[in-house]
Amino acid sequence: MTIRGKAHKLGHHVDTDVIIPARYLVTNDPAELARHCFEDLDPTLRARIRPGDIIVAGENFGQGSSREHAPIAIKALGVPCIVASSFARIFYRNAFNIGLPLVESADAYAGIEDGHEIDVDLSAGRIDDHSTGGTFVSTPIPDFMQRLLDAGGIVGYVHAQRAQRKQ
Amino acid sequence: MSMTITEKILAAHVDADEVRPGEIIDCRVDFVFANDITAPLAIQEFQKMDIPQVFDPDRVAFVFDHYVPSKDIASAQQCKITRDFVRAHDLPHFYDIGRSGIAHVLLAEEGFVGPGDVFVGADSHTCNQGALGAFATGVGSSDLAAAMALGRLWLRVPETVKYVLRGKLQPWVTGKDLILAIIGRIGVDGARYGAMEFAGEALAHLSMDERFSITNMAVEAGAKNGIMEPDDVTLAWFRPRARRSSAMYRSDPDANYADVRDIDASALETVVSVPSSPGNVVPVREVAGVKVDQCFIGTCTNGRIEDLRMAATVLAGRKVHAETRLLVIPATPRIYRQALEEGLIQIFLDAGGAISTSTCGPCIGGHMGVLAEGEVCVSTSSRNFIGRMGHRQSQVYLSNAGVAAASAVLGRLAHPDEVVRAPVPV
Repeated sequence: MTIRGKAHKLGHHVDTDVIIPARYLVTNDPAELARHCFEDLDPTLRARIRPGDIIVAGENFGQGSSREHAPIAIKALGVPCIVASSFARIFYRNAFNIGLPLVESADAYAGIEDGHEIDVDLSAGRIDDHSTGGTFVSTPIPDFMQRLLDAGGIVGYVHAQRAQRKQ
Repeated sequence: MSMTITEKILAAHVDADEVRPGEIIDCRVDFVFANDITAPLAIQEFQKMDIPQVFDPDRVAFVFDHYVPSKDIASAQQCKITRDFVRAHDLPHFYDIGRSGIAHVLLAEEGFVGPGDVFVGADSHTCNQGALGAFATGVGSSDLAAAMALGRLWLRVPETVKYVLRGKLQPWVTGKDLILAIIGRIGVDGARYGAMEFAGEALAHLSMDERFSITNMAVEAGAKNGIMEPDDVTLAWFRPRARRSSAMYRSDPDANYADVRDIDASALETVVSVPSSPGNVVPVREVAGVKVDQCFIGTCTNGRIEDLRMAATVLAGRKVHAETRLLVIPATPRIYRQALEEGLIQIFLDAGGAISTSTCGPCIGGHMGVLAEGEVCVSTSSRNFIGRMGHRQSQVYLSNAGVAAASAVLGRLAHPDEVVRAPVPV
């Protein structure tokens, strides 16, 4: 599956507090959470992100709190996947659990600039930068995480686990 | 096969002779919990799983600690979702306002976690419980829903890095300073996906309160869990509280570590994390003098009785600076009561401090002490990210309770020595 979109380049160690400040964690409504996404990082960023755009970030994206509201808010902005040099572990689990694919590539982060048009091929583990012609390899999505995505996230995975046990 | 304590606990929970780092396992969990922010989302996802009841009502807790007492209608609605679920499912371990405290401190205090457990919470600081010799890790709400449904959770077995803490900490250098110093050295992703195992002579001298502060902040280095082998101090603390049988594990001497790092604990100074990362660690003396608007003593990291005692030592007979405000939030009602009985609350009141019922409140910039634009707070909490405690242009310095108390007295960042060496004003 290939996803094409415009890159929004962020820095290293983007934490869940700036992705969705705790003061907004009084709702589970994805649209409401999206309204405040990245507010403390850059108050103008959210308005510039269009559905289909892709976040490209540095090391340790999503560090900090376990709030699943963070990937929910990003997904609700219409972001189909996130490319980063690396991800913080709870954010990594949460994103796959809600069906938001994450792609790890430090080279892509180094090579892609803000505003570039990029293609992310999830299954091939490849990222193409159409603005420069650059091509980057990403760490393959682990089989287990792929199965989670295929099941539509953790809810589908639990249904499958239970069905398996009944057999 | 030789294994670390983390690997042994995980192996026991998949009924295997061994597990290896990198392996993905389907792991039995001993106990799960969520708080008032993460529970509503977990409940919503749990209901999508079409399962009538949680895997074991005796192994599930809901603890209200973030936005309690409810700060507005929206947060009250969130609490109601959880209350309704608890009542509909007749769940016995529900901690509502008045009986509740900060989950990590409360659940350990109540004996819901012990050595050898796999303990999972929908809160990143769940790693706190590793001080008891448990494998404890934080997850999101959907993971928690799955664990509530199945009594199991998928986990990647983490590589372990061992931190050998030599010597003994100096006065005013606490477990908090020790973990901040480590995070300062390895960075906020220095332990990413891994287990941090703390060992060595320095630990033997530390109480459980200080040990919890250390494992509590393993997540600030990106770790999956922080852990310590149980010893006599652990058992003396845990046994009177135990609700279930426990299992003591120790790492094999030839266990396979990704790295072993020696730290001379006796050489460490009292430190702070300067804005806006827990990894920006400097000796407090280097930044003493920064003007402070608010000092906050509390949270799952440092809201325990020994933290309050340390603060009271500094504050006794003194006043909070006229241009500074002091907030003190005991982590649980039990700690609050003990502080009352020991006369600590009186000291805080006399000093001009505000004392609140147990809540995470100010730590997340949620309520009970939110910062305005440009304000500076010295906080005993664990995170000082941009906007963490309020306005995105407010600033947070992370410290131990002695530093926060001293800074409250002087109205600027200060080492506790600066205050306690001065005579108490008559």
